[in-house]
Amino acid sequence: MASTRRAAPQKGHAAVILAASGPSAYWYLTRSTGAVTLILLTITVALGVADVQRLSSKNWPRFVVDSLHRNVSLLAVLFLIVHVLTSVLDSFAHISLLDSLVPFIGSYRPFWLGLGALALDLMLAITLTSLMRRRMGYSTWRATHWLAYACWPIALLHGLGTGSDVKSTWLLSLSIACLAAVLVAVLARAAAGWPGDARLRAGAVGTLGLFSLFLALWLPSGPLAANWARRSGTPASLLGHTSHSSSSGEKR
Amino acid sequence: MTGEREAPVGLPRLLNAIPAHGAMSLAEHLSVHGEPPLARSRRARRGAGALIEEIEQAGLHGRGGAAFPTAVKMRGVAHARGRPIVVVNAAEGEPASSKDHTLLTGLAHLVLDGGVLAAQALGADQVIVCIPESSTASLQSVKIALAERQHASAGLPSIEPRTVPERYVTGQESALVNHLNGGPALPTFTPPLPFERGVRRRPTLVNNAETLAHLALIARHGARWFRELGTTAQPGSTLITLSGPLVYPGVYEIEHGASLSSLLHAAGGATAPLRAGLFGGYAGAWIDANQLPNLALRDEHLKPYGASLGAGVIALLSEDACGVAETVTVTRWLAEQSAGQCGPCVHGLDAIATSLEEVAAGTARRDAKQRIARLASLARRRGACGHPDGAIRFILSAIEVFAAEFADHARHGPCDACAGARELPLPATPRPAAALVG
Amino acid sequence: MSHRLRVNPIACEAHGMCAELLPERITLDDWGYPILDEKPIPRALLDHARRAAQACPTFALLVERQSDYQKPR
Repeated sequence: MASTRRAAPQKGHAAVILAASGPSAYWYLTRSTGAVTLILLTITVALGVADVQRLSSKNWPRFVVDSLHRNVSLLAVLFLIVHVLTSVLDSFAHISLLDSLVPFIGSYRPFWLGLGALALDLMLAITLTSLMRRRMGYSTWRATHWLAYACWPIALLHGLGTGSDVKSTWLLSLSIACLAAVLVAVLARAAAGWPGDARLRAGAVGTLGLFSLFLALWLPSGPLAANWARRSGTPASLLGHTSHSSSSGEKR
Repeated sequence: MTGEREAPVGLPRLLNAIPAHGAMSLAEHLSVHGEPPLARSRRARRGAGALIEEIEQAGLHGRGGAAFPTAVKMRGVAHARGRPIVVVNAAEGEPASSKDHTLLTGLAHLVLDGGVLAAQALGADQVIVCIPESSTASLQSVKIALAERQHASAGLPSIEPRTVPERYVTGQESALVNHLNGGPALPTFTPPLPFERGVRRRPTLVNNAETLAHLALIARHGARWFRELGTTAQPGSTLITLSGPLVYPGVYEIEHGASLSSLLHAAGGATAPLRAGLFGGYAGAWIDANQLPNLALRDEHLKPYGASLGAGVIALLSEDACGVAETVTVTRWLAEQSAGQCGPCVHGLDAIATSLEEVAAGTARRDAKQRIARLASLARRRGACGHPDGAIRFILSAIEVFAAEFADHARHGPCDACAGARELPLPATPRPAAALVG
Repeated sequence: MSHRLRVNPIACEAHGMCAELLPERITLDDWGYPILDEKPIPRALLDHARRAAQACPTFALLVERQSDYQKPR
C-alpha cells in the first residue's frame, strides 16, 4: 500500500535516501509506532484492570503484574513520542508540533488528529502524575489515574479515524484484538466482583459494551466506507495527491 | 495554689452539692467551689503555666479510659509549635457510661472552669466542648452556663460547644480532631498525635470532661489536697457509672482504692444475686461474682483480671441473665461500631461475632474456641485506634468468666435466659453496619 | 539507629504486594492484610523493605527509623 502514496516533497536531509524511492521513512515509522503504541497501551490498560482485580498466583505474583504495567506503560510513552515526532517530521500531512499537542486545531483530519492530541495529553498527565504519585498522595493520584479509561478509547478512535491502514486487514484485526483484550480484562474483573459496587461494575461493562457496539456500527459507514478520506477532513490538496490510485487512494 | 477558702474534706468533690434535678447555677457553683484562679492580668497569664507543675504533683490521670498522665499530655502540647487549642471530650461513646453527661447537665461550670484553666496554662485562646448529637440536655446546659459566664469572660479563652456524631469510636482523640477539622468523626493514622498537630493543625489538648473538672479543683486547692484521697499510684477521686441489678444505679464519686462493696452499699445493694461484673465498659474485662466481695477499685487489684476502671464504668450482671447472650449481643454491636477503616478490625470483629453467634446457637464446630482465639490474635493491635483491642479484651475475658455457660451453649444451644431481654445497656437505635470503604 | 516496618491500617487495601516482596518480614492474614514482624530490619533486608514500601499501591507500608517515633502502646 505504500506504493500508492506519492512521495511528499522532502525538506529534511535525513529522509532523502528513502524519499527518492517513495514515501519517507517517517511515514513508515509514524504508522508502525502508532500501531505499536496502541498495542502497548492496550497491554497497559488490561494489566491495570487485572492488577486491581488481584490476578495473581505463586508463579505470577502481583508485583510482576504491577511492574509489567508500569514498564509497558513507559515503553508506550517512548513509542508515542516517536509516533508524534515522526508524524510532525513527515511533511506530507503538514502536522505541526502544536497540532500534535493541542487538540482540534490542525488542518489534516482535525477531529481525528485532535483525538490523538487529546490522547497524548492524557497520556502525559497520567505518566507525570504516576512518576510523582508519592508526593501527591494516594487519592489525588488515583483520581487522575482514572483518565487512563478515557485515554485508551480515544487513542483507539484516533487510530481508526486517521489511520491510513484501517482498510487493511492487519490494522483492523489489531484494533479488534485490542478491544477484545480490554473487554476480557474488564469482564474478568467484573466477574471477580471488583469493584464491590455492583452499579459501578455494571456501568463499566455497559460503557465498554456500548463503545464496542458503536464501533461495529460506525466502522462500515465511517473509515471503511469509500469516501472516508474526504469526510474525515483531509485537505483537498492532499486528496488530489492520492486520488489517482482508485480504491487505496483513500488510505491516508 | 491553695485558695483563701478552706479546702473541702473527703467526698464528694466533683459531685459536691450537685442538684438532684437540673443544673448548678454560676452563683451556686461559685459559692460551693469558690472563684477559679483565672489569670486576668497579663502578668498572671504569664505565670499560668505553673498549673502544669501542680497537675504533675497531683498525679492526675486521664478519666476517659486510657489513664494517661494529664501533665505529660499538657507538657507535650505546651512544647509543640503554635498556639494550642483545648478540646473538652464529652463524646462518651460508651453506652454504659453517663458520667460526662452527668457533669455537663449538672456541673457544666466545673468542666468549663477546667477547660479555661487548662487553656490558660497552655496559652491557648480557644476551648471546644464536644457533646454527642443526641445529648440535647448537655448542649442546652452548656449553652446556659456560657450565657451565665458571658459578662465575666472578657480576656479569657473563648468557649465553643460542638456536637459530634454518636458512635463508639468518636471519643478517640484523633477522631474528634478529624471531625473538628471538617472530616468524618473517625480515627486517623497517628502520628502526628493531636498534641503535635490537631485542630486546625495547631497543638491540641484533648481531655475528658471529668479530667478537666478535677483539674479545676486542683487549680483551686492544690496537689496536696488532691492526694488526700486515693492511692499513691491513682490519687484523688473518680466518677463511676454503676449499672446492673441495684436499688440505685447511677453515677457515683469514689476514692480510688475504695472497696466495691462500699460502692454497692451506697447504691442500695443488689436486687438479685450477681453472676459477674464488667469493669471498664465494653473495652474492659469481666470479673466473676465470687471475686467481687473483696475487690478494691484500684488498678493494682483489677489488673490480674485484665481489667481497669477505664472510663469508670462498672456494669453488674445478675444470675438471671445469660452471660453468653449478653456477650454475643455486645460483640455484634462492637463489630458494627468499627469505623470500617482498618481491614483486621472490620473482618476480625465480624468473624469473631459470627463464631460467637454459632456457639450461642449450638451450631459451632468443636474448635470454635481456638478459632476465636486465633481471630482475636489477628485483629489485636492491628487497627489505627484501640477499638479492636478493647473489643477483644471484652470478648476473651467473657469467654473465660462465662466458660461453663459457653460450653453448655455449644453443646445444647440457647438457654431459657437467651430468649429474654438483655441486661447490659446498648443504644436503642441500631446503627449502620460497618463496611470497608473502597 | 535501626529501621522498622509499620503499616497504616487505614490506607492498606490488602493488595498484598508487600508480602510478595518481603516474605522474610511480612505475612498475610486471612483477609490479605499484612502481618508485620516489628523487629528491627537487618541491613541486608533494608533495600528489600524499601522496595516493598515503594511498591505498595496505597503507600500504606512505611519503613521508619526507630528513633523517629516511639509507639505509645
